Amino acid sequence: MKIMWQRTGAALAAWGACQTAYAEYAYNLQEPASPIASQVFHLHNMIMLVCLGIFVVVFGAMFYSLIKHRKSVGHQAAHFHENTTVEVIWTVIPFVILMGMAYPAAKVVIAMKDTSNPDMTIKITGYQWKWGYDYLNEGVSFYSTLATPRTQIENAATKGEHYLLEVDEPMVVPVGKRVRLLITANDVLHAWWVPALGAKQDAIPGFIRDSWFEADKIGTYRGQCVELCGKDHGFMPIVVNVVSEADYKAWVEKKKGAAASAAADNGKTFDQAELVARGEKVYAANCAACHQANGMGLPGTFPAISGSKVATGPIDAHIEVVLNGRPGTAMAAFGKQLSDADIAAVVTYQRNAWANKMGDAAQPAQVAALRGGAEAAAPAAQ
Amino acid sequence: MSDVAHAHGHDEHGHHAHPTGLMRWLTTTNHKDIGTLYLIFALVMLFAAGSMALLIRAELFKPGLQLLHPDFFNQLTTMHGLIMIFGVIMPAFSGFANWQVPLMLGAPDMAFPRMNNWAFWLLPVAGILLMGSFLLPGGAVAGGWTMYPPLYIQGGISYDLTILAVHIMGLSSIMGSINIITTILNMRAPGMTLMKMPLFCWTWLITAYLLIATMPVLAGAVTMLLTDRNFGTHFFNAAGGGDPVMFQHIFWFFAHPEVYILILPAFGIVSQVIPTFARKPLFGYASMVYATASIAILSFIVWAHHMFTVGMPAAAQLFFMFSTMLIAVPTGVKVFNWVATMWRGSMTFETPMLFAIAFVCLFTIGGFSGLVLAIAPVDIQLHDTYYVVAHFHYVLVSGALFSIFAGIYYWLPKWTGHMYDETLGKWHFWLSVIGMNIVFFPMHFLGLAGMPRRIPDYALQFTEFNQIATVGAFIFGFSQLIFLAVVLKTVKGGAKATSKVWEGAEGLEWTVPSPAPYHTFETAPVVK
Repeated sequence: MKIMWQRTGAALAAWGACQTAYAEYAYNLQEPASPIASQVFHLHNMIMLVCLGIFVVVFGAMFYSLIKHRKSVGHQAAHFHENTTVEVIWTVIPFVILMGMAYPAAKVVIAMKDTSNPDMTIKITGYQWKWGYDYLNEGVSFYSTLATPRTQIENAATKGEHYLLEVDEPMVVPVGKRVRLLITANDVLHAWWVPALGAKQDAIPGFIRDSWFEADKIGTYRGQCVELCGKDHGFMPIVVNVVSEADYKAWVEKKKGAAASAAADNGKTFDQAELVARGEKVYAANCAACHQANGMGLPGTFPAISGSKVATGPIDAHIEVVLNGRPGTAMAAFGKQLSDADIAAVVTYQRNAWANKMGDAAQPAQVAALRGGAEAAAPAAQ
Repeated sequence: MSDVAHAHGHDEHGHHAHPTGLMRWLTTTNHKDIGTLYLIFALVMLFAAGSMALLIRAELFKPGLQLLHPDFFNQLTTMHGLIMIFGVIMPAFSGFANWQVPLMLGAPDMAFPRMNNWAFWLLPVAGILLMGSFLLPGGAVAGGWTMYPPLYIQGGISYDLTILAVHIMGLSSIMGSINIITTILNMRAPGMTLMKMPLFCWTWLITAYLLIATMPVLAGAVTMLLTDRNFGTHFFNAAGGGDPVMFQHIFWFFAHPEVYILILPAFGIVSQVIPTFARKPLFGYASMVYATASIAILSFIVWAHHMFTVGMPAAAQLFFMFSTMLIAVPTGVKVFNWVATMWRGSMTFETPMLFAIAFVCLFTIGGFSGLVLAIAPVDIQLHDTYYVVAHFHYVLVSGALFSIFAGIYYWLPKWTGHMYDETLGKWHFWLSVIGMNIVFFPMHFLGLAGMPRRIPDYALQFTEFNQIATVGAFIFGFSQLIFLAVVLKTVKGGAKATSKVWEGAEGLEWTVPSPAPYHTFETAPVVK
């Protein structure tokens, strides 16, 4: 009896999941905000209802039997052990039900895979542990990292409403436009997912895969990396701001202005204090996840910078490690991610922080020289 | 080593003159001893990997990082998965096969007793490599049990040790499988045709073929990882002309059949238990055999449904979606057959039967969520979320693990000669079944709402369901101590078991005394 109560409870919960679909989203997929997400939502509801129907019929029969056909009520066992007709029927009926599910599912598969005729294209790159966005039509590029303060994660401060689902630079797209996504990764596998937009695609280093969405409502949609990508896999969220066409144009102009002023920095020469101050911020955003804010790293996994041979050795070798990374380890090449000024700043910071007292400074021009001719100008637009 | 064995009695054919103490277990070639060793190993590993699960759930009780560093959290999820699969479920089923296959077929022992010993003793070596890696610099493997590159290429020394451990466990599985296949095909008692074999033997025969077919594939995949890591190859590195997705194809070509390796023997156990307590023969024996075989064959053509989000062409998605949905047909046949076996029986509800009934219900819930996940567009929404975690735990905990519990309660009286404590058994059952549902049912909702798997910290809207799951996990986890108590108590003593043990039991194993003598069926019985 108890088991029956148990199962009934589960069945009721699942039934509730379907019935309250639109009212209470905690029991179902998130409220869809794109045509594909909406099709998936309805497909899922339909399949759940069919499953529920089958569950009730099959386990209705089983629980009837558990109650009636027990020794304690004096039921005598029958001796039948096969029946070809019944066996054929319960092979054929599920097959027919499955065909009924397969047809609408196939239609959604084909719609999902159709990435033709986009209004705009955005290239998305997964990094350990942030996302990079390149707007191919507008020439806008930026990185998007977790904005939740460390203190909230470590329970030293009250957690905000969008804890772990907030970023410094959200992706911005216009409403009602078909957005094609070209998704790739820089280091390991990641996966870009915004549930309400119904777009999920693995980010694979060395390969570009595409996906698309068309947001049908203005709003902010949040998602996360969904492919295990190492230590901070849980800390690289995705935020998409869907805005009006006019707001989108204004945003693009603002981003272009910011890029121009960043590029100007690469031509300047800074004094050491300026570099250290700037470098501390760059370090916190790019390096601290592995090497830690105290520069001590994590023994056995991520080396310390404080007191390391690199940070206390020749400055050019130090810049080269930051520029090119260490192939075969988790140390990424930051040459394409950071501007000359930022690399100069972070190297200077590392050489003068913690136990490192080198007293020297790297300048953007030095970084540009080490990049080599071909790449020299490439990241300036960051 | 062998000197000691000699000193204690060289005559391996003698009934009473075998080594004693530790040497008995190290040198044993007796299928019952080796079966016991497998089961003890699985039990120890169950508590090891279960403790890891409790640490994971403790961390996830609240948002924020409380107990575990994210990297250690990843180590725990990875090792929990690897050990539960390769160290608990598979060895436990091998333990059942060792004990039961010869007893059910009327064979004196397994076909290759020395290889049997070797197959078992490889496992503790692999277990030590895995567990020991927690102590190495950088800790244990943290790249997920699926070992996807390039993340797997980044790790430290423990990643190489894990590859070695996987090789060793694969070797052990292949040897065990060769033994089981040979025993079943060649050592059945006169008159025991293949279609008269107990279904447990059938499911293991098919499982053994799956193991032989897929373990070398896994070995190939991890060897490529090893050479990518250490010898400069680029199988999975795009910069060198390789492809990380190729690893996933090779891995899942192994790992989907592996899923059935983890459940087909469970089908076998449940198909022995239900007829006994329904006092009625198994309904549709032949269709059970055919359904098992079709599931096994289909398992080779569905692997890419684990990879719908890698970006396959629509045609590939459709093929893998349709083939996956097709598996629901033979699986459905099995469930219908179990229900039909109970139908108009004369049922009693001892602990093995309770676990078997829970298996049928809850495994079916796992089957339904499997069907939901087979639908490619829905899978793309749910892939790598807690929905998937809920799905495979319904299949592996209330499926594989519950069938193991059912089998232990069912055969323990035969193995030990004592009845287990029915009251404690029922406590174990109810706490397990309630606890299990409290842990895993809310995970469906978490996945639907968008919580990714393998994260040590989560957004605030996921808090309530995570707290419920954690409470359930501790109920479920600690109720396994009751199981341990029941087993120890039964081994030590208890009411004397008759040779038939259960009123409705059928089969050769119930014709020998309880406990089963060290050597059985030295003269083959004749099956009419």
